[in-house]
Amino acid sequence: MSGATRVKSDRQLQRERLRRTRAVRSGTVATVSTIVFLGAAAAVVTRSPGWPRVQDSFFDPEAFARAWPDVLDGFWTNVQIFLIAEPLILLLGLLVALARNLRAPVFFPLRALAVAYTDVFRGVPTLLVILLVGFGVPALNLQGAPRDEVTLGVIALTLAYGAYVAEVFRAGIDSVHPSQRAAARSLGLSHGKTMRYVVLPQAWRRVVPPLLNDFVSLQKDTALVSTIGVIEALRQAQIYAASKFNYTPYLAAALLFVLLTIPMARFTDYLAARSQRRRGQ
Amino acid sequence: MTRDDTGERRGPVSLLTIEDVWKDYHGTSVLRGIDLSVEAHEVVCLIGASGSGKSTLLRCVNLLETVDDGAIYLDGAEITDVRVDPDDVRRRMGIVFQAFNLFPHMTVLDNITLAPRKVHGTGRARAEEEARDLLARFGLADKAGAYPDRLSGGQQQRVAIIRALATRPRLMLLDEVTSALDPALVTEVLGIIRELKEGGMTMILTTHEMGFCREIADTVCFLDGGVLLERGTPEQIFTDPREPRTRQFLKSVLDARRL
Ligand SMILES: Nc1ncnc2c1ncn2[C@@H]1O[C@H](COP(=O)(O)OP(=O)(O)OP(=O)(O)O)[C@@H](O)[C@H]1O
Ligand SMILES: [Mg+2]
Repeated sequence: MSGATRVKSDRQLQRERLRRTRAVRSGTVATVSTIVFLGAAAAVVTRSPGWPRVQDSFFDPEAFARAWPDVLDGFWTNVQIFLIAEPLILLLGLLVALARNLRAPVFFPLRALAVAYTDVFRGVPTLLVILLVGFGVPALNLQGAPRDEVTLGVIALTLAYGAYVAEVFRAGIDSVHPSQRAAARSLGLSHGKTMRYVVLPQAWRRVVPPLLNDFVSLQKDTALVSTIGVIEALRQAQIYAASKFNYTPYLAAALLFVLLTIPMARFTDYLAARSQRRRGQ
Repeated sequence: MTRDDTGERRGPVSLLTIEDVWKDYHGTSVLRGIDLSVEAHEVVCLIGASGSGKSTLLRCVNLLETVDDGAIYLDGAEITDVRVDPDDVRRRMGIVFQAFNLFPHMTVLDNITLAPRKVHGTGRARAEEEARDLLARFGLADKAGAYPDRLSGGQQQRVAIIRALATRPRLMLLDEVTSALDPALVTEVLGIIRELKEGGMTMILTTHEMGFCREIADTVCFLDGGVLLERGTPEQIFTDPREPRTRQFLKSVLDARRL
């Protein structure tokens, strides 16, 4: 006799029926209340006195269609910047976090540098970092220093976000209970091996949700590189908006950013729910 | 089943009745049609090999797991009914686990008074007075203001039991409350359970301490692969088990003791 072939009792069948009807009922309630809520919100907005003007300058289908191809084209630049910056940030953040965890006195300069770096770059607004790197580095006229705006943008974003990510990693490393470290050291593993095989794998699971959150934020902040002359989605939208005094292109850019961040946000939720379930057992 | 005046179906009259309960994990049944009833003031002890389903059964009774067939009744009312609020049921039971699960950020007193105050609406003064009474009764009067990490394992487990008691449950479920403790600390926790029995508390407990089980239980149940294979008085189970599997299990426990 195994669970799979078991015949369910009438009581269980009735219980499952009841559970299903309840699920359907709560689904219906959720749907109806959502529709009512959205309807009410739409009614309030469209009846406001300024709505016709807003509709003209923000929801103009023609302007949308005209700007869309170029905005979309510019958006690929955002995606590229994001995809290149992301692994660099992870690497930089991890190295800085590890440097801050080095306890031996010889490593003092390294540790001090790591502390100084996080302090400075978490404190300076991202936009300022981008401007300083974007205009400052080329002005140095250094041999071999990059002059291309996209590269400079990636460097600036990496520096700015690396500091945040380093702190996320550090919090994750610290959250692993000291007894784990002690257990690993007692088996004769070195500091490095303890980190690599015992601490980081456990820390990693805890830092993934906050890291993804930082990356959602990074996706949006790729728009900031428009200030140093990169023609990306925001810049394209700006160009169109300025030529026709119509703000609809901004809406097109906003839509693209939202479409990119929503899957990321849902993925974060999914990971958070999964680790919650694991811990629950 | 009995019917009351209104003709409505009423459940059985024991304090707790477990009727043909099944529990599956990923297609395999870990509980296979458990039937068990517990009378008021009765102490039932579940024994059986590791993995036989003892903890799972307690978790089902506390509605931490949903049963996959069968029903459980508390005071004659079905608690496995889909419409029943699990919080409402749990309010009437106390459960203590092997790991103490005290809240590390609260003092002993706050750990104990949390549920009476926030769930049962008891005033702070009264809740604390009752908590102090309980602590005194179980020899922990001086620990009221301490944080859990300043207590020994045995003390922590006693606080966990007191915390479960503070809501005046109808039924206590104790899952291997001594197995995380070293032998010297086991005695003090067993002492608390003995006192509870004298006070007339209804309890279901799982344990690997056969001597204690024999002493404290009114009824001993032997679980084997999710089946309640044998049930009887401690005297009968320990001296004259009917089932060969029971005999085998008790023999293996005794052999391990001799090592
Ligand atoms: N959440 C779960 N998911 C899948 N299987 C589970 C889960 N919980 C328990 N099991 C399985 O159910 C069976 C019974 O487990 P249970 O914890 O009830 O045993 P037990 O009798 O309490 O054992 P022990 O004496 O070691 O505490 C085991 O085979 C276990 O692997
Ligand atoms: Mg168990």
